[in-house]
Amino acid sequence: MAHVSELISTDIDSYLKSHEEKSLLRFITCGSVDDGKSTLIGRMLYESKMLFDDQLSALKHDSKKIGTQGNEIDFALLVDGLAAEREQGITIDVAYRFFSTDKRKYIVADTPGHEEYTRNMATGASTADVAIILIDAEQGVLTQTRRHSFIVSMVGVKKVLLAVNKLDLVNYSQEVYNQIVSDYSDFAENALDLESITAVPISALLGDNVVEKSEKTPWYKGETIMQYLENIEVKNQRKQTPFRMPVQWVNRPNSGFRGFTGLIASGETKVGDKIRLHPGGNESTIESIITWDGKLPKASAGQSVTITLNDEIDVSRGDIIATSTDPCGEADQFQSRILWMSDDAMIPGRQYILKSNTQSATLTLGRLKHRIDVNTLDHLPAKTLELNEIGVCNISLDKRIAFDSYENNQTMGGFIVIDRLSNNTVGMGLIDFALRRSENIHWQKMDVSKESRAEQKSQIPKLIWFTGLSGSGKSSIANILEKKLQSLGKHTITLDGDNIRHGLNRDLGFTSADRVENIRRVGEVAKLMVNSGLICITSFISPFESERKMVRSLVLENEFIEVFVDTPLSVCEERDVKGLYAKARSGQIPNFTGISSPYEPPKNPEIRIDTTKASAEEAANQIIDFITE
Amino acid sequence: MSHLDALEAEAIHIMREVVAEAENPVMLYSVGKDSSVMLHLARKAFHPGKIPFPIMHIDTMWKFSEMIDFRDKTAKDLGVDLIVHINPEGKEMGMNPFIHGSSKHTDVMKTDGLKQALDKHQFDVAFGGARRDEEKSRAKERIFSFRTSKHRWDPKNQRPELWNLYNSRKNQGESIRVFPLSNWTELDIWQYIHLEKIPIVPLYFSKERPVVERDGTLILVDDDRIPLTEGEKPMMKSVRFRTLGCYPLTGAVESEADTLPEIIQEMLLTTTSERQGRTIDHDSNASMEKKKQEGYF
Repeated sequence: MAHVSELISTDIDSYLKSHEEKSLLRFITCGSVDDGKSTLIGRMLYESKMLFDDQLSALKHDSKKIGTQGNEIDFALLVDGLAAEREQGITIDVAYRFFSTDKRKYIVADTPGHEEYTRNMATGASTADVAIILIDAEQGVLTQTRRHSFIVSMVGVKKVLLAVNKLDLVNYSQEVYNQIVSDYSDFAENALDLESITAVPISALLGDNVVEKSEKTPWYKGETIMQYLENIEVKNQRKQTPFRMPVQWVNRPNSGFRGFTGLIASGETKVGDKIRLHPGGNESTIESIITWDGKLPKASAGQSVTITLNDEIDVSRGDIIATSTDPCGEADQFQSRILWMSDDAMIPGRQYILKSNTQSATLTLGRLKHRIDVNTLDHLPAKTLELNEIGVCNISLDKRIAFDSYENNQTMGGFIVIDRLSNNTVGMGLIDFALRRSENIHWQKMDVSKESRAEQKSQIPKLIWFTGLSGSGKSSIANILEKKLQSLGKHTITLDGDNIRHGLNRDLGFTSADRVENIRRVGEVAKLMVNSGLICITSFISPFESERKMVRSLVLENEFIEVFVDTPLSVCEERDVKGLYAKARSGQIPNFTGISSPYEPPKNPEIRIDTTKASAEEAANQIIDFITE
Repeated sequence: MSHLDALEAEAIHIMREVVAEAENPVMLYSVGKDSSVMLHLARKAFHPGKIPFPIMHIDTMWKFSEMIDFRDKTAKDLGVDLIVHINPEGKEMGMNPFIHGSSKHTDVMKTDGLKQALDKHQFDVAFGGARRDEEKSRAKERIFSFRTSKHRWDPKNQRPELWNLYNSRKNQGESIRVFPLSNWTELDIWQYIHLEKIPIVPLYFSKERPVVERDGTLILVDDDRIPLTEGEKPMMKSVRFRTLGCYPLTGAVESEADTLPEIIQEMLLTTTSERQGRTIDHDSNASMEKKKQEGYF
């Protein structure tokens, strides 16, 4: 039988009625590899009779074939759904499972234990009300137990159930159990921000204290896992916070109607309430709250609604409708906590995209204040974050956004970091607070403009940006180009990679992070040159597409000329003017572009020069033709 | 807030995100009960406006005739744009599941047909009615699920999906399948149809219908393309369908349930899972994952 309730066969209508009243509880299971997470979920599905006969017979068949439990049922096979997972016997990605009792419907996020899949674990934790953290009684509190607990607490789960598993392997020893609970509590008190920790001694494999109370642990008087889940109160914190609704989409079926759609993130609102619109601060009042099922007098957190306002104010996607009595903050610089989720390390200074609720902005990650070692909770100095590392850093945006701190409001304070080139989600971020510094520094307005400076020299300012491998011929062409421009009466300046590294950038090395900072500084200097009316020529390897894009965005569109000196690596290496390739090949120079560090060729440069066909002289003429056109 | 209210609000939120960020979205409409729920939710999401995208049915020429009638009537009643695509190559070669088998029929008419249609209309986002409780590899899939330009799914390389914040930025040629019903279960679907009085294809309700037995499965005699052995006469039995698809590949169950509560009761008391009536899942253990990697919805 699939669902257990007498009512199903005797009175289906009453059963359906009672099912309508159920609440929803989302929880996550986490812990180290082989702590038995999947086994626990399989056991819960089995004991709540959520398994069908055909699934059970398939499971029995699979258990014998590829299971790890001899002739017993291997419940883990129920939830490890990907072929690679079943073959390797590990969980790679978060899986969602569903079961219901007479009281609640449950959504379970079963998450991977391996460290390399921590980002998938964070995905599961971000929507959970409760976390079940499993500990193998034979192993005790492990690094991964601490890591998962820290992430669970960081994303704001306040209630933790500590399931001390595999108690059958330690003869149901109360002593072992007490020791583990005490070890965990010591750690949690110092490191985590939780409301409650409830510990239960279990054997997921044999079913002890999962649904039914076990006779083998007479010393344990508390609830079973299912009892805990059935009874725990998850008060809807979102309802007690001030009203916020990020606008998703403007509904304009005809010229007479303009409705703002969204999922209410927090609080409650009713018709007639005063609201403030962010960013900007326009105010209005709620005219109506519309749903397909009719107009509502009020609506609260968790509902998807359409709102109309009494005033004709400009509202679009990314705006936030908030209560005017307790509005959001607005800022463009924040301190935030970041969990890095990409194989490519985070690079301070590089531009990414921030997405928070329905708002997006260009994001620059600042220098890291520190990295948090989740094993020791020490704050360590760090220049970058690798996959699965957590750090604290300042971020700055290209525009002001509306926010609340993550602690006060998850929707308004949580964001994702998106890589501009791959479009992947590479980080999870939590806003701690806004930095006030930017508000006090205003742009100084100048009377003499770039245009007037350029006019004085009768020229159009340009930024001619050379990029290419070391030894490709950038500097030689740049040198000839500048001489020719000068003879034409143009006022120029050349910024050369090697020269700049002797001065302005002498503190930088050749790691990816330093290369990004190198280009950022050069970009800013080049921008000042262009603003002074000059034709600025730069000659840098500038290997990464995202930094070249960043520099391009600093000046006007028609001012930037990207010149790709496209000399094949083999040719550069053969020429090896400075003898650097030989050194790099023998391992004397680490992070050498083309050998041990990547070069990302431009996709659409303004000018592409093939030095195997054109001489430096011809190349310079090609560029002059382009700018005088 | 009940769990159904929460699931409804979540699905509406997902649909609005897509419409706000996609260039050219479409809703895959299979005419089944899940599609009916999804379409109903779309009406709610964009009320008082109309549904701002077309719905698309990948027809295989072997669907139950009542499905086709229901499909056309629904599109007309709701005033939505309906696109019907049939793989012209499959049509040309006279694809016939009775002759060519279920696997080839599904590959050509459903998987290839879907890919053709998405490419032809340049849809960048397609809604699907799949649920995570249906099958093991579905349970692992994100709500916003990316496909390469060849429509392939890479289960080992899925983007983290945090809170209800969806990253819909895609690279040239990539497309996204979006599943607003990810967190619904079969019971939730039936309960919602019951509560909201959503119309569904009458085949779900029991009725006397002509059937023949093939390999222990009851197949509806939907038209005269079904090969009958000499002297074979269809039997009249009180049957209904738990899932809908191509009639030669979809087994009927004997049942007296002709109201929604009775259907739900039968479902709750049954001992086999929903997809068992479908031949595709039996092929091999990871067959759905493989099919999905190849572009099956």
